[in-house]
Amino acid sequence: MDEQSEFFASQETLTACYRRIGVISLIILFVFCALGFRLWQLQIVEGDRFRTLSEKNRIRLNRLPSIRGLMLDRTGRVVVGNHPSFDVILVPEDAQDRLTTLHTLASYLPEAVDFLEGKAPRNPLRPAYEGISVARDISWDTLAMIESHQLDLPGVSVEASLKRFYAAGNLAAHLVGYIGEVNQSEMAEYKRYRQGDLIGKVGLEKAWEEILRGYNGGQQVEVDATGRKLRVLDEVKTQPGHNIHLTLDLELQEQVEQALGEAEGAVVVLAVETGEVLALANRPTFDPNLFALSIKPNEWRTLVEDPLRPLTNRALRGQYPPGSTFKPFMALAALEEGIITPETRFNCQGGLPFGGRTFHCWKRPGHGRVDLKQALAQSCDVYFYKVGQRLGIQKIAQAARRFGLGQDLGLALAASPGLIPDVEWKRRRFDAPWYEGETLSVVIGQSYVLATPLQMAVATAALANGGVIHRPFFVTQVSSVDGESIQTYSPEIMTQTKIPEEYLGIVRDGMREVVHGERGTGKKAFLPDIEVAGKTGTSQVVSRIIGKEEKVPRHHRDHAWFIAFAPVQTPKIAVACLIEHAGKGGGAVAAPVVRQVLEAYFRIVEQRKRENGGIRQTSG
Amino acid sequence: MGFDRRLVEHFDWLLFCLTVGLLGLGLLGLYSATYDGSPQANPQFIRQLIWAAVGFCGMGLAFAIDYRRLEQWAYILYGATLGLLILVPLIGSFGGGARRWLYVGMFSLQPAEFMKIGLLLVLARWYHRVAPPGGYGIRDLFAPAVFFSAPAILILWQPNLGTTVTLGLLFLTLTFTAGLRLRSLSVLALAGGSVLPFIWTYLKPYQQQRVLSFLYPDVDPLGAGYHMIQSQVTVGSGMFWGKGFLLGTQNRLDFLPEKHTDFVFAVFAEEWGFVGALGLLVLYCALLARLLVIALRARERFGLLLSVGVAGIIFWQIVINTGMNVGALPVVGVPLPLLSYGGSSLLTTLVAIGLALNVSTRRLFF
Repeated sequence: MDEQSEFFASQETLTACYRRIGVISLIILFVFCALGFRLWQLQIVEGDRFRTLSEKNRIRLNRLPSIRGLMLDRTGRVVVGNHPSFDVILVPEDAQDRLTTLHTLASYLPEAVDFLEGKAPRNPLRPAYEGISVARDISWDTLAMIESHQLDLPGVSVEASLKRFYAAGNLAAHLVGYIGEVNQSEMAEYKRYRQGDLIGKVGLEKAWEEILRGYNGGQQVEVDATGRKLRVLDEVKTQPGHNIHLTLDLELQEQVEQALGEAEGAVVVLAVETGEVLALANRPTFDPNLFALSIKPNEWRTLVEDPLRPLTNRALRGQYPPGSTFKPFMALAALEEGIITPETRFNCQGGLPFGGRTFHCWKRPGHGRVDLKQALAQSCDVYFYKVGQRLGIQKIAQAARRFGLGQDLGLALAASPGLIPDVEWKRRRFDAPWYEGETLSVVIGQSYVLATPLQMAVATAALANGGVIHRPFFVTQVSSVDGESIQTYSPEIMTQTKIPEEYLGIVRDGMREVVHGERGTGKKAFLPDIEVAGKTGTSQVVSRIIGKEEKVPRHHRDHAWFIAFAPVQTPKIAVACLIEHAGKGGGAVAAPVVRQVLEAYFRIVEQRKRENGGIRQTSG
Repeated sequence: MGFDRRLVEHFDWLLFCLTVGLLGLGLLGLYSATYDGSPQANPQFIRQLIWAAVGFCGMGLAFAIDYRRLEQWAYILYGATLGLLILVPLIGSFGGGARRWLYVGMFSLQPAEFMKIGLLLVLARWYHRVAPPGGYGIRDLFAPAVFFSAPAILILWQPNLGTTVTLGLLFLTLTFTAGLRLRSLSVLALAGGSVLPFIWTYLKPYQQQRVLSFLYPDVDPLGAGYHMIQSQVTVGSGMFWGKGFLLGTQNRLDFLPEKHTDFVFAVFAEEWGFVGALGLLVLYCALLARLLVIALRARERFGLLLSVGVAGIIFWQIVINTGMNVGALPVVGVPLPLLSYGGSSLLTTLVAIGLALNVSTRRLFF
């Protein structure tokens, strides 16, 4: 009991403690009120915001890129397709320490160094959970390295995707074009694109972008804190792009490119009756596969800085004076105007004096008295000077333009219009009157006259088909991935010149003589079993060259032309060939190329006929 | 010592039921925080159940032995706990960059937790026996200061800032209640304020980082500020009704770190919403109120101080833990009593409540 009384001895001090406990109660009450208030703030006032944030934590949007449509040639061969590529993706949010991860990655992947040194493009608007592509189309070895070191590389993943594959390599590269990563201005122009998307940059890839591209899909994926995908919450399916069927014949294209060889220039092959572009070759060329993913800066520089401009589509955009290939069209105009008849003869003595100077014929000794057929066959300049004098510049311009020369052909692809001068043009361009001397140059396709190889091919086809100008086209059909036809394109007539068949026959006869005649300038285009009509052309880059060709700098040398169609009686194809700065005449340089093209065409046609026959036999 | 019928007649059922209720909610939250999608309960959850059983035994023991007897044993119990604490740096094991645990069989013990009881007993005894009229001056506090400092230094050295802070607040609470002169209190407050900068330099870099990221959480949202931001998102996204049991996405998808220990409150708040979280706070408040009522009804200073101390231990841990969970206080690893995963913490809390039951029941024995 003593112990107990001692225990209670301190009781009087208890009351002092009660006040202190009162203070403590107030503190507790205050703290709990504050906590309750804070909960109200977080869960009620800002609850919506935090709920959204938690959803954003949880849900990641993945874009599913659509599969780009294929390009098939007229026989169904794949010209442009898609191949699998393995890309390295970095999700900054998931990389615990971005720099360390990149350092580690850089030891397997040199491209990662760019990201370390800040050379890689940066978009401050890109959310941290969205992946950045560090490298594309890595090799199998690199793939194995990264996969086996996955644990040291948080936030780094390898994704399989499809990359554009230009199966035809550098064949028809300029026509097919290439794709590249969308740039800021393209993104501003077309709303559908996001950084990293690929877009057609040039050629058919660009012109048919809308059709080829398809629609990207997306996935709402639930992820955990490490970014691991748990399940797909919602998905918008991708829609693959449509395939386009080209007018191009890849087999012929190959032969055309071979015929062109290493010479700088272009060849266009058209179907005479339709305007289908069967082949379109440019030299020098490039491999669009370089662009299939993003092109490396040094490769790009090499292409852009090359003085021979390998990226230029000469067939569509190169403008050259057509030279003597202009003459058949002038001859037609003269016949129609009644200025000449097939029997009209002019005497060529190697030149025509006019306005105090002499306009020379290419053949200085002169051709003597020649009629139209001979004038065409031997490309007599004096004959056409006289035709020109009688026609006048306005009639010349009119005659050329109805064949599409100097006209915009209205293609989906970027093409140059060429130039056919007249009085009005001269006044506008130089504020000067037209001089008759200039007419003499124009009538033989020199001076201001400019045409593209494609335009010459279109005009040549019109000579062959009775004067119908077809708008050249490249795509016959759009079909879905399932092969269902979505749209077909038929030949389109731009203008129907009403040239009497009689006059066309006369000019064709002259052009036949160019190849088959004893003294024809285009004999090198001769085929043994098929009649060919053609016309050579040599266009001056600078006025008459004095001295030996070899001493003239390349960019001053003459261009060589050859236009042709065959067979003469039932024309199937028209060809225009230009060799840039050949230094020799069209007959020497361009005609042999066209001969090979024609030869290849008829060989392929024959071969297919046999094969189809064979199939018919076995199936029938 | 035979069984005393009065222990049943006067048993404090209210305190006991509040405790069981809170523990029940705690296990609910913990089940969710450790849920991994499989139908079998998580081993951590099962271990906590075992600890709860052990805790109730401890509570029974703390209840059964007359607290006046415990007053006599205070130095022995304090000394024994201090002994365990000294063992930690010698034979303890590492975890999370600190040496805090002693392994006993399959269970790991944190002696620092038990020190809360040890310090409580020894301080209550000392303030019970030494009660100068007019309150304590600074010089009178030499012995209590030593009682506090000895374990505090050991624990801070582990390092375990959270428990050190809790012990400090317990020391302050008891000293304040026992009758610290107000002038001395202001001197102490001044002294404490001037020591803060030195404590800052003493803190480990990660501890400094936590304080900094509390002050400026958006500076490094994926690094040091991550805990702060994610726990607020977790709590806030619960909104009024909560996302539902086992449906907390922040919790389930591991956006919340340390979710079964330090951030179990956020898990609870996410799944049960404002309603649940506020309800939990009300229950805690009722528990503390009950403990203070017991203190007011105690017959002598020892019982009073014991009850206030138990309330203090629980209260300060709630403040630090929930304050951190709602982004009102920096991240300091302090468990939420009866809710957080951790055997030693649960055992300590239940034993402490056992002591309060002891005081509450025996006040009518005389």
